[in-house]
Amino acid sequence: MNTRGLRSQLKDSVPVTGMGQQVGAYGVQDTLRSGFSSVKNELLPSHALELSEKNFQLNQDKMNFSNLRNIQGLHAPLKLQMEYRAARQIQRLPFLQSSHLALDTLKGNDESISFEDILNDPSQSEMVGEPHIMMEYKLGLM
Amino acid sequence: MALSNVVETPASGFNFENVSRNVALEGLLEGGHTKAPKPMKTGTTIAGIVCKDGVVLGADTRATSGEVVADKMCAKIHYISPNMYCCGAGTAADTEKTTDLLSSNLTIFSMNSGRNPRVVMAVNILQDMLFRYRGQIGASLILGGVDCTGNHLYTVGPYGSIDNVPYLAMGSGDLAALGILEDRFKPNMELEEAKQLVRDAIHSGIMSDLGSGNNIDICVITKQGVDYIRPYQESEYKDKRQRRYKYRPGTTSILTEKIVPLELEVVQETVQRMDTA
Repeated sequence: MNTRGLRSQLKDSVPVTGMGQQVGAYGVQDTLRSGFSSVKNELLPSHALELSEKNFQLNQDKMNFSNLRNIQGLHAPLKLQMEYRAARQIQRLPFLQSSHLALDTLKGNDESISFEDILNDPSQSEMVGEPHIMMEYKLGLM
Repeated sequence: MALSNVVETPASGFNFENVSRNVALEGLLEGGHTKAPKPMKTGTTIAGIVCKDGVVLGADTRATSGEVVADKMCAKIHYISPNMYCCGAGTAADTEKTTDLLSSNLTIFSMNSGRNPRVVMAVNILQDMLFRYRGQIGASLILGGVDCTGNHLYTVGPYGSIDNVPYLAMGSGDLAALGILEDRFKPNMELEEAKQLVRDAIHSGIMSDLGSGNNIDICVITKQGVDYIRPYQESEYKDKRQRRYKYRPGTTSILTEKIVPLELEVVQETVQRMDTA
């Protein structure tokens, strides 16, 4: 749930960056994979909610950890983030379905339903990524 | 279908990929004298009051889509939990989905904690959800319920504003309904008087507003339980279409009956053991 005291924690929010630059090798726009680009598309969001939704979870987490640090001291967010990191590492390979069970339990997502659970369910996604490309992207070789 | 340009699984939740395409399409359609279909709105009159024994909610039953009445028997009073109901005005799909999500979240909570949810909890969940989406979800809701702390009536606006009031009207017919409520509301009314007041308020909304009409639904929530009266009052311009066109069994009379038994004889019998280990 939302915590109050947003104003005092705004300094920790994720800064606004461009919208999905697809950089290929040599740091240039990857036309083959992501099509033609226009500066406007990359800098301006096409929908009012696009930016805030992209970073929503990150911002929430930062705010919550900030609050927790202020209330209980540094050890509390440190321990939690350590657990998050551990839970994030046990996923399956990128092109396979992972249940994210440990991560969901830690975040409390197993006790609530929101649009993330109903819309665009990754298990029902119609696009199947090429396994080799996805592995290369994940390992940073691309 | 394997596409080589998908490098990560798409994130769940809202997907904004088609927004610029839709905006471009909208521009093309306007130029070509065709209009995109409008989403169904509930263009409503909804009202609620707190009375001595509980909360009375009322709503009309018309849903409009542009200038056409899309649904004459729309149910605008949604179930949230056994002790809470919510009237919704605005875009019909948004109100239904939002109240569905709220209801699911509260059910999970009450299963987890073993307690009946309180109205303030529902209101806070709604407020968080609607504020997160900055008013893009067009749902104006009146939430009423009875819990251990008393009888409550809250309004939640589409941008996430809330208000706790003893009587309330929302929707396109709210000004007309609010006039009736302002005139005749008294604190701690009796149940029958409260029902009549809400009915009159919705009725004035129906008479004065194009977006409201047809029947009146009333929902009475008390500590003992919920009485969802649908319809409380039907309009005289009723829809005479039957929904079911099946004939009753026995409509056509049976003249003769002839039964021919099929004679089967066993030709071969084999037994195959199943391994049920």
